[in-house]
Amino acid sequence: MRNLTHLERLEAESIHIFREVVAEAENPVMLYSVGKDSSVMLHLARKAFYPSPPPFPMLHVASGWDFQALLDHRDKTVKEYGLELIVAQNKDAEEQGINPFDTGSALYSQAQLTDPLKRALTEHGFDAAFGGGRRDEEKARAKERVFSFRTASHRWDPKNQRPELWNLYNAKKNKDESIRVFPISNWTELDIWQYIALEKIDIVPLYLSQKRPTVIRDGLTLVVDDDRFRLEDGEEPVERSVRFRTLGCYPLTGATESDATDMSKIIQEMLLATGSERQGRAIDKGQSASMEDKKAEGYF
Amino acid sequence: MTNPDSSFQVDSLIAEDIDAYLDQHQHKSLLRFITCGSVDDGKSTLIGRLLYDSKMIFEDQLAALESDSKKVGTQGEEIDFALLVDGLAAEREQGITIDVAYRFFTTEKRKFIVADTPGHEQYTRNMVTGASTADLAVILVDARKGVLVQTRRHSYLVHLLGIKHVVLAVNKMDLVDYDQATFDAIVDDYSAFAEEVGIESFTAIPLSGFKGDNITASPSANTPWYSGPALIDHLESVDLASAAAQERSFSMPVQWVNRPNLDFRGFAGLIASGTVKTGDPVRIVPAGKTSKVKSIATFDGELEEAVAGQSVTLTLEDEVDCSRGDVIAAAGDPPEASDQFCSTIVWMDETAMKPGRGYWLKIGSQMVTATIQSPKYEIDVNSLDHLAAKTLELNSIGVAEFATDRSITFEPYAKSRELGGFILIDKFTNATVAAGMIEFSLRRAQNVHWQPTTITRDDHAAMKNQKPRVLWFTGLSGSGKSTIANEVEKQLALMNRHTFLLDGDNVRHGLNKDLGFTETDRIENIRRIGEVAKLMTDAGLIVLTAFISPFRAERHMVREMLSESEFIEVFVDTPLEIAEQRDVKGLYKKARSGELKNFTGIDSPYEAPENAEITVNTVDMTPVEAAEYIISQILPLK
Repeated sequence: MRNLTHLERLEAESIHIFREVVAEAENPVMLYSVGKDSSVMLHLARKAFYPSPPPFPMLHVASGWDFQALLDHRDKTVKEYGLELIVAQNKDAEEQGINPFDTGSALYSQAQLTDPLKRALTEHGFDAAFGGGRRDEEKARAKERVFSFRTASHRWDPKNQRPELWNLYNAKKNKDESIRVFPISNWTELDIWQYIALEKIDIVPLYLSQKRPTVIRDGLTLVVDDDRFRLEDGEEPVERSVRFRTLGCYPLTGATESDATDMSKIIQEMLLATGSERQGRAIDKGQSASMEDKKAEGYF
Repeated sequence: MTNPDSSFQVDSLIAEDIDAYLDQHQHKSLLRFITCGSVDDGKSTLIGRLLYDSKMIFEDQLAALESDSKKVGTQGEEIDFALLVDGLAAEREQGITIDVAYRFFTTEKRKFIVADTPGHEQYTRNMVTGASTADLAVILVDARKGVLVQTRRHSYLVHLLGIKHVVLAVNKMDLVDYDQATFDAIVDDYSAFAEEVGIESFTAIPLSGFKGDNITASPSANTPWYSGPALIDHLESVDLASAAAQERSFSMPVQWVNRPNLDFRGFAGLIASGTVKTGDPVRIVPAGKTSKVKSIATFDGELEEAVAGQSVTLTLEDEVDCSRGDVIAAAGDPPEASDQFCSTIVWMDETAMKPGRGYWLKIGSQMVTATIQSPKYEIDVNSLDHLAAKTLELNSIGVAEFATDRSITFEPYAKSRELGGFILIDKFTNATVAAGMIEFSLRRAQNVHWQPTTITRDDHAAMKNQKPRVLWFTGLSGSGKSTIANEVEKQLALMNRHTFLLDGDNVRHGLNKDLGFTETDRIENIRRIGEVAKLMTDAGLIVLTAFISPFRAERHMVREMLSESEFIEVFVDTPLEIAEQRDVKGLYKKARSGELKNFTGIDSPYEAPENAEITVNTVDMTPVEAAEYIISQILPLK
């Protein structure tokens, strides 16, 4: 008799989910945001199909305002593990005058994240897409199924979800419909960090503290990642020791001041922290149910 | 945010020695439980309290909670913990939890996943969903109200889904002045019922989710008369279901065959029960071939041994045939295979069960077609009485027999959730329409062999110098099916082919004279015709059938009975207006006047084929032309 730890059970469950999708879907893809959750997902996918490589491509939705370090990490990872990478990006954004400084957050995330994602899924005919959503992140996600069914126009109908029993997932669908699959549904933020530490998973260095040029705006500590960052009158970048708990578009993602330069310090800070993970994201602000509205639109 | 009452404060360890904390956390086990109660039992408040006490709430969430509490809360100026838990926007306004939500918290000893399941009458399906993965159930009772009808229903469902650990949480003790007699009376009342349901034991705890009594420490100063554990203590110490699973014989449903190169052929799966070691003799079920485990391959290197609950990849010593849907099991104690079962079924879809229709059935990694018979009875979940039933509606539970189109590997649900629980999927909407639990196999399918005959179906066909087929004509009444089918048969006869025409009206005079025109009877009508057509193809004939056969599902069912390319769907696509104009038998007139019920096209739907092999009509073609066209499409006949 051997008692499995909670991480062993979570890992086994996630691997089972990956394999079910590959066995039943015709053309799966993994949404790879390069963040910590994606890094854990990729690690689990590599375990699930070992010694084969993950039998599906990675899809990165790039907004054009991604941290450079994130793009570097993405390219390095893809190369190292021999993965196929598809980058989806709204190339017309600049012409349309869409940018994170002038455009409202709702329109911005629609134009730069949701639309390119939907377009890429349709264009490549992906019928199943792995996403890194976790039920502990947000109230609307707590009720998300592991296999979340989407209409041909990628909409989510929270009132019409398929019941999900035991570990029997229903991947049946009609042509043009698709399924979003969340293999790490039951992981918490602490599980993710602990697993990264235990398995020595390589993550974007932005999660670790380091001196970075920053400005403080609307209560968010923003890192001036490149010279497209528009400084307001009187703003002067200041070097601060900061790190990120979550990675979005750099002009919209707040950093936290921190001295955590290794994994156990990060976990320590997280456990003693007083703000939830998504607090650093401008996109989620607004009424409480806003994540649910975005999910209905097709946002992950 | 601090909470001095909490018995699982770990702040100091986190701050002083994070590595020691992580080491402790890493070795925690995982317990999944559900909470069930009726709308006002304070369930969400209790979960909110557990999250709050285990520091799973951050300051920004707490700030939102405080402002929400004042805005829409039901607790006056105090924090309404329920608002932490109630998720979707619409429900928050109604103040009712209507779906399954999963919550997470952790203590020093264990990590917990809570399925918050609704107590509202019409949402049985959500509770069953939440219970299917739970090791333990917390059944809430309002101390002021005692055991209600809902309490009985929840207890029955918990037992049905095989949950061994039951906690009777007598909540809102603060509202009955922490009165021991009230608590004792509820426990007595519940004991009687638990026995009736089949629940062998339960743990009763008096508590207040709102005030925090007996949640993290016991006894609360308010219940000095209580000597049992606090809720958290109990949750931290019950045995896990996974321990029991490891004690059974080894079995693993194969999910996926891993073939990165010619030298490696691995069978990937999640171990359902038992332990497996390299060198162990195993049997592939249902085929029955045996081999030995050569290696247990994982990303982290080869393992000597793996246990229930782990996802692994096995390689075998021999080149045995094994693919998705097969089960690799201990050679000496493999699970059974059968194709006829008795099971309990929970119906979860708005559309009622259709006895006789084929549904996808998923069990383990097996996907087969199952035909469910009319329920033997429905169970009244409130009284546990058996009621007569012809079908099962949304949220009803019944016992029914079903047959699968091929043998499946199974174990009774009482022995194995992994190989005994199944879902049913509608073949056209793809919705998950039901969950079921196999009770037993009606017969040992392995003992009923197919009687091999010396003259095979291929011999029959060769003697007739033709390839057997079923030309399945479908279309509205009066569309010209029988006329065209008759013409096709005439022309085939001239070509010296051996045929037989099964006509709708004629069959109802004999084989199907006991059947009427309800949806259920129509399905059975088509099933029998399908079986007859199949026997005739075995005899080498070209079969022509002319039936309205309005439902895609039934035509699909017949298609699945036959081997590939033998079933040719011929859609006689005559529009309703024209068929009705003709009205050869005067039936449309009767249907319009209401004299004839359930008439296809009038008050019963016709589902046109989406991908018929052949489509003809009698508007642009004469019956002779249509027949010629059909034959041209099935050439060569041999």
